[in-house]
Amino acid sequence: MIQEFRLPDLGEGLTESEIVSWHVAVGDTVELNQVIGEVETAKAVVELPSPYAGVVTAIAHEPGTVVEVGVVIIAFEVPGEDAPALGRGKSAAGATSSSAPEAESAAAEAVQQRVPTLVGYGADPESSKRPARRARSFDAPATDAAARTTPSVASAPVVAAPVVAAPEVPAQVQGDRPRSTPPVRKLARDLGIDLFDVTGTGESGVITRGDVLSFSGENDAAALAVPSSSTGASGPQSSDRMKEREVRTPIKGVRKFMAAAMVDSAFTAPHVTEFLSVDVTAGMEFLARLRDSRAFADVKLTPLTLAAKAVCVGIARQPSLNSHWDAANNEIVTMSYVNLGIAAATPRGLVVPNVKDAQDLGLHGLAEEIGQLAVTARAGKTPPADLAGGTFSITNIGVFGIDAGTPILNPGEAGILALGAVRTMPWEHQGGIALRQIMTLSLSFDHRLVDGAQGSRFLADVGAIMADPAMALALS
Amino acid sequence: MLDEQADPGALNQTGIHQLISPDGHAVVDEELSPFVEDVDDAAILGLYSDMVAIRRIDSEATALQRQGQLALWPPMLGQEASQVGSLRALAVEDFIFPTYRENGVAYLRGASLAGIMSTWRGSANTGWDPHAINLATPQIIIGAQTLHATGYAMGLVLEGKDDVSIAYLGDGATSQGDVHESMVFAASFQAPVIFFCQNNHWAISEPVGLQAHAPIAGRAPGYGIPGMRVDGNDVLAVLAATRWAVARARSGGGPSFIEAVTYRMGAHTTADDPTRYRGVTELEEWGAKDPIARVKALLQSRGLLDADGEAAVTARANAVAAELREGTITMGDPAPMSVFENVYTEEHAILDRQREHYGRYLAGFTPADGTKLEGSLS
Repeated sequence: MIQEFRLPDLGEGLTESEIVSWHVAVGDTVELNQVIGEVETAKAVVELPSPYAGVVTAIAHEPGTVVEVGVVIIAFEVPGEDAPALGRGKSAAGATSSSAPEAESAAAEAVQQRVPTLVGYGADPESSKRPARRARSFDAPATDAAARTTPSVASAPVVAAPVVAAPEVPAQVQGDRPRSTPPVRKLARDLGIDLFDVTGTGESGVITRGDVLSFSGENDAAALAVPSSSTGASGPQSSDRMKEREVRTPIKGVRKFMAAAMVDSAFTAPHVTEFLSVDVTAGMEFLARLRDSRAFADVKLTPLTLAAKAVCVGIARQPSLNSHWDAANNEIVTMSYVNLGIAAATPRGLVVPNVKDAQDLGLHGLAEEIGQLAVTARAGKTPPADLAGGTFSITNIGVFGIDAGTPILNPGEAGILALGAVRTMPWEHQGGIALRQIMTLSLSFDHRLVDGAQGSRFLADVGAIMADPAMALALS
Repeated sequence: MLDEQADPGALNQTGIHQLISPDGHAVVDEELSPFVEDVDDAAILGLYSDMVAIRRIDSEATALQRQGQLALWPPMLGQEASQVGSLRALAVEDFIFPTYRENGVAYLRGASLAGIMSTWRGSANTGWDPHAINLATPQIIIGAQTLHATGYAMGLVLEGKDDVSIAYLGDGATSQGDVHESMVFAASFQAPVIFFCQNNHWAISEPVGLQAHAPIAGRAPGYGIPGMRVDGNDVLAVLAATRWAVARARSGGGPSFIEAVTYRMGAHTTADDPTRYRGVTELEEWGAKDPIARVKALLQSRGLLDADGEAAVTARANAVAAELREGTITMGDPAPMSVFENVYTEEHAILDRQREHYGRYLAGFTPADGTKLEGSLS
């Protein structure tokens, strides 16, 4: 007999998981508990042991697909008629293989409405199939409900106002209350919908979850319906051709996280960006000298290393650049340590691991730490601890040959410095014009935390050290 | 900075008692050896079989969770010696207060496999009658069971019995106030209780070195309780250490504290991803100290484990796994009204009212085919 396997909740309250890989193909014979694939939840990548011994008859979802809990992902031909089906009793998603279409639609319905919870399989949805709410005697005058479906002038303005906790209704008017179930009443309250305005389509005019959702989403639904119906009709833009010209990539993982962080930062912190071009010829010569020394033979010294040191020195003089806007406590937190974030491009997107207590490190230490962060980040193995707790960031756009930009703050931080490319340019030098090595520094800061004067002085300090590393002695 | 901290769990530190080395050689320990003089080859084979069986419980339950048959499972992989050794040192009259991870202890104590799984399937609050097998309900609240064990032991003294109680706890629990209070009371009343601490190195994702800058067993003398550190991956040493503690308790010597230094080879629970915090070399390092491999090596070196013997051990483990799977996937869901059972032993007005309300609520639902839902009142 055929046994289907539905994606279980693999980690206490998850609603979906991504199929990472299948280790079996249709036609393969599998043993009980043999690893058949890998699934990534929001918590971990886990191996799926086969729930049956048998032959794989179908694989429903390709790797890369995000599948909701309760959906069939694989099916097996299992010898014997009485092999016990794996189910979860009455739980909607675990509906065992009875008549397939019915079970499928029941599961799909459940899946649509399953709500994530902290623990458990997610709150079961209100089923519209069974159990059905039984008619109540005091609801007998069905005309009441019908009458209410006619939009009345009196009820119309109430639509927008969210209904607050329903007050105790006197017994004699209870029949007037639109008939529904407690979860649906709550849903309506949450959506700010007055049930008096909703037409019930359930048994005896009971207002169902679907009625409330369709009432609230009429406009949305209409809007959604348009593209799907037009794709077929508007000949030249057939979906096949569009597929060739557009690539649709699911928004997830690091990209999703980064996007949320950037939006949050860009629209929370008022950014100010300042630029400074400096003659870093002396600084580059200094780095070249160090590179030749035995002490620095084991590390990679770059303008980024020097900038990291310059930033630490600059922060000591302008601590506001190393502060945090704690809106929850209505406080500004100024840190005495610098966890220096280094933006790193990885195959999976941008990550900003930080060097802890960078203020205590010399050039060698900084070079070592930055090198390690970069290697770990590129391998995609940056642990969460490295990403948390940053206080100031540097992004090295110079490696792409770029001069300047307006970097967006790493969320929660007060400043970010972008390093431009080092270019050989004609520049004023000792009263004449000479070919010098020039770098542009771009500093964005959170104007809630950093005054213009503080930001400017900081940038000037960093520039001075980049131009002449000995200034670090004078400034620290 | 973190890695520079002392790791009080490191086995190479002095003061850890051991009777079987990781490579399977018998070691003499002045304090512990006398407690296992009676343990013959057959007994060691039994301990080995126990460990293989509960490891199989662990792997089968983990698979069942991935198959949607259990809501959650707390792996005990790597801690088999600690569970088997401690349990086998107790008499059936001794009362056990376990954490949620002592599922191997529960099985060996006589809880049914389906019963154990019912809790992890979310079908029952407890899978056995605690008084029938002298094993309390698995404690989820970290450290709370140490209070229960201490209180129970104080009761044993008042009743003039010579039984003992044992509280299982982890390294993380030792940071809880409950554990502190129970150790104070245990010492004050010289209660016959054993604090059996499995230091598995991780309190979920917090390394033991963060909350214990010195060996955990070293805390016990501060309460006036003797403490012993034992190799928690050495079933014989754990058995001996627990017998030492039992002997003290039975003879009126009061409480003891055992730190079994072991390692959680699996995740905290099936909802956890240990690769996010575990050091990359840890599994390799502790895999070399595996509790089962060392006993197997010892048995083989003495010619006590031939192919037939190994087959018998495997057969037992497979039978356990099959029974566990069958009992789990055929388990029915509890009736809705059963949630009110086993809350209070006597009538309780507020609960009765809730029961009545819920019954009426359920009665408001009628399945499409006209049959009543199980458990509804009307």
